[in-house]
Amino acid sequence: MAGQMMTGAEILLESLVAEGVEVVFGYGGGAVLPIYDALYQQDRIRHILVRHEQGAAHAAEGYARSTGKPGVLLVTSGPGATNTVTGLTDALMDSIPIICLTGQVPTHLIGNDAFQEADTVGITRPCTKHNYLLKDIKDVALKVREAFFVATHGRPGPVVIDLPKNITMGEAEYIRPMAVGHKTYRPIVKGKLEDVREAVQMIAAAKKPIFYTGGGVINSGPAASQLLRELAHLTGFPVTSTLMGLGAFPASDKQFVGMLGMHGTYEANMAMHDCDLMVCIGARFDDRITGKLDAFSPESKKIHIDIDPSSINKTIPVDLGIVGDVGHVLEDLIKIWKSETQRPDADALKAWWAIIDKWREKDSLAFETSDKMIMPQQAIQLLYEHTKDLDTYITTDVGQHQMWAAQHYKFEKPNRLMTSGGLGTMGYGLPSAIGVQIAHPDSTVVCITGEASFMMNIQELSTAVQHGAGVKILLLNNHYQGMVRQWQEMLHGGRLAESEMTGMPDFVKTAEAFGMVGMRAEKPSELEDVIKAMLAEDGPVIAEIETDKTIGCYPMIPSGSAHNEMLFGPRESKATKISAEGMTMV
Amino acid sequence: MGGEWAANKMNRPVTQLDQTEQRHTLAVLVDNEAGVLARVIGLFSGRGYNIESLTVAEVDAAVNRSRISIVTSGTPQVIAQIKAQLERLIPVHAVADLTVEGPSVEREMALVKVNAIGDKRVESLRIADIFRARVVDATSESFVFEMTGATDKINAFLDLMVPLGMVDVSRTGVAAITRGPNPM
Ligand SMILES: Cc1ncc(C[n+]2csc(CCOP(=O)(O)OP(=O)(O)O)c2C)c(N)n1
Ligand SMILES: [Mg+2]
Repeated sequence: MAGQMMTGAEILLESLVAEGVEVVFGYGGGAVLPIYDALYQQDRIRHILVRHEQGAAHAAEGYARSTGKPGVLLVTSGPGATNTVTGLTDALMDSIPIICLTGQVPTHLIGNDAFQEADTVGITRPCTKHNYLLKDIKDVALKVREAFFVATHGRPGPVVIDLPKNITMGEAEYIRPMAVGHKTYRPIVKGKLEDVREAVQMIAAAKKPIFYTGGGVINSGPAASQLLRELAHLTGFPVTSTLMGLGAFPASDKQFVGMLGMHGTYEANMAMHDCDLMVCIGARFDDRITGKLDAFSPESKKIHIDIDPSSINKTIPVDLGIVGDVGHVLEDLIKIWKSETQRPDADALKAWWAIIDKWREKDSLAFETSDKMIMPQQAIQLLYEHTKDLDTYITTDVGQHQMWAAQHYKFEKPNRLMTSGGLGTMGYGLPSAIGVQIAHPDSTVVCITGEASFMMNIQELSTAVQHGAGVKILLLNNHYQGMVRQWQEMLHGGRLAESEMTGMPDFVKTAEAFGMVGMRAEKPSELEDVIKAMLAEDGPVIAEIETDKTIGCYPMIPSGSAHNEMLFGPRESKATKISAEGMTMV
Repeated sequence: MGGEWAANKMNRPVTQLDQTEQRHTLAVLVDNEAGVLARVIGLFSGRGYNIESLTVAEVDAAVNRSRISIVTSGTPQVIAQIKAQLERLIPVHAVADLTVEGPSVEREMALVKVNAIGDKRVESLRIADIFRARVVDATSESFVFEMTGATDKINAFLDLMVPLGMVDVSRTGVAAITRGPNPM
């Protein structure tokens, strides 16, 4: 069948439409002019002009994580491409499917240090799941197909397609590629049944079990979250979650023991430490989770379900690894569970819950309030109260406020928390919120940020205003890079080197200067009204909350310590001697 | 043996970590496309794995397939990680750990330049003969020997050639294949 003659740019857009792309976040330049010209002449794909290419990458991430569909960004060669590197790395670490289209100098100039030439595939090779440099216009449709397949199958991740200008300006026949996504890449999605059967037996024999769940449950799709709930209810086991997994299991469920890890709850970390069976579902034993490796859950048998074989036995040796997609594996596991008769010892489980409930009584997330200063946790709790009945999406930046958001906002559904977990990228919050709001124009999207993080991509306020993205920015201003300050107090004798944020703008006036609404709460008595007023606005808002400057984020497992060595407040934290090894940890 | 769980049983490790480092030869089948070698090498440098030797060449032009042989070393856990990380690369089709997957043959080729006259010249020829090395170039004061063999055999040959006037050597690195009728 003869196809229609099109330019490379038109073939590109046609291929994007074929993948179901509706929105592209981007920024133009010489090398992508043909693509922008083609965009201009069509109306099937909406373009969101950002203010910095890093913003486009995080917006695409927010779009992807909140919809389950891949996010797309389009940037020019050279600086446009290099500006995306942080976003690509962020997406790689958190397994977020995004497609980054980069312009490139024409093929005959590649390697000549041409104007705005950068070795984009070279630079992005270690920060993408895969990347392509297209040198033949006939490859465009096929490679776009492949790129989307690679980004969204197996463990998701970012894919770069580098497009030289002579390719996008050239002409060729557009032939829609066949359905096959990739000639050889076929990730395993179904776990080996004999392994799943063995897992069922281990679960049935457990006396002190825990489900340790992560972002893989969310990446697997909404069905996986449903299956997790079913499995948890069938077994009656406690469930904990990583930062990336929050929402896959409802925070309000009695079986949820809270987030685990460095700033997780006492009950979650103690249960991890003391359990006799750990079932890791779509998580990866990150160092924020495990703490000191050789003291990590010493007595337990471990099952690890993951779609990425390289995650299994990477840092923690497990007794049973099941390679497969969480949704598929849980489905089989539940089926087999229902057909078997062996059940966990009910008395043992009851005794285990009694121990967990004792840990819960410690109320490790409790904090003191004052009538003079707003405590940041209070702001998040109030935000939760006022948004829990709305259709709400939360994004965060990185620092103490991120951990408080994770601790105090109760996520009930998957895909509702967008946060930079693996890379810990300050500046992620605002652009990702814009991406979420573009995908869900009628939902409430709140970016919980700190004043230092916010400044890292503050230019994106202009993007929000231009595109009518009514994001609500809850800015917890403690006048410090709070998390850095906390570590300096704990590890570096309280010498607060360069962590105080001075010379900062007036954020209310900043909002107004950008053409949006600004408001501020300085006293606890003003907090609730400001949060209500923020949520009542249609358009974008900055709500600056002046919070206590000095408090630390607790509980905390200091780096290099074990799960049962948690600190609950600053006093203990001063008394603790951090090991030399712990000091070198990040 | 530590290598055991590095083989197909990567999801069944010994819980006790084996800390002994072992040399492993991996065979990797890849699409012969731009950048594939950079991906493999970048993986090793980025994750801090050793490369003792690496060879690559196209083995099936019809399907654009190349074969990379890598000699690396590490604990069983590290070797299993290397294998799993290689398998994650999109253009990689298959990875075999030849050291644990049954018997295999390993060969390397070296070109060795020896500048010698008189007794040393005669002695170098004698030793080359013992090692079944061939003379591929000769002048009145030099030889270039071509020698093929296992790595340690080539090492032994070079050790003997150094005092006889070895001035240059070029080695291919290891090529390896399993014994018996089955392909990789
Ligand atoms: C791009 C980037 N640079 C530096 C850091 C290191 N870092 C982690 S948290 C933090 C401070 C964040 O301050 P703020 O946004 O005000 O949040 P707070 O901790 O005060 O709530 C810094 C500098 C980082 N995570 N990301
Ligand atoms: Mg701050």
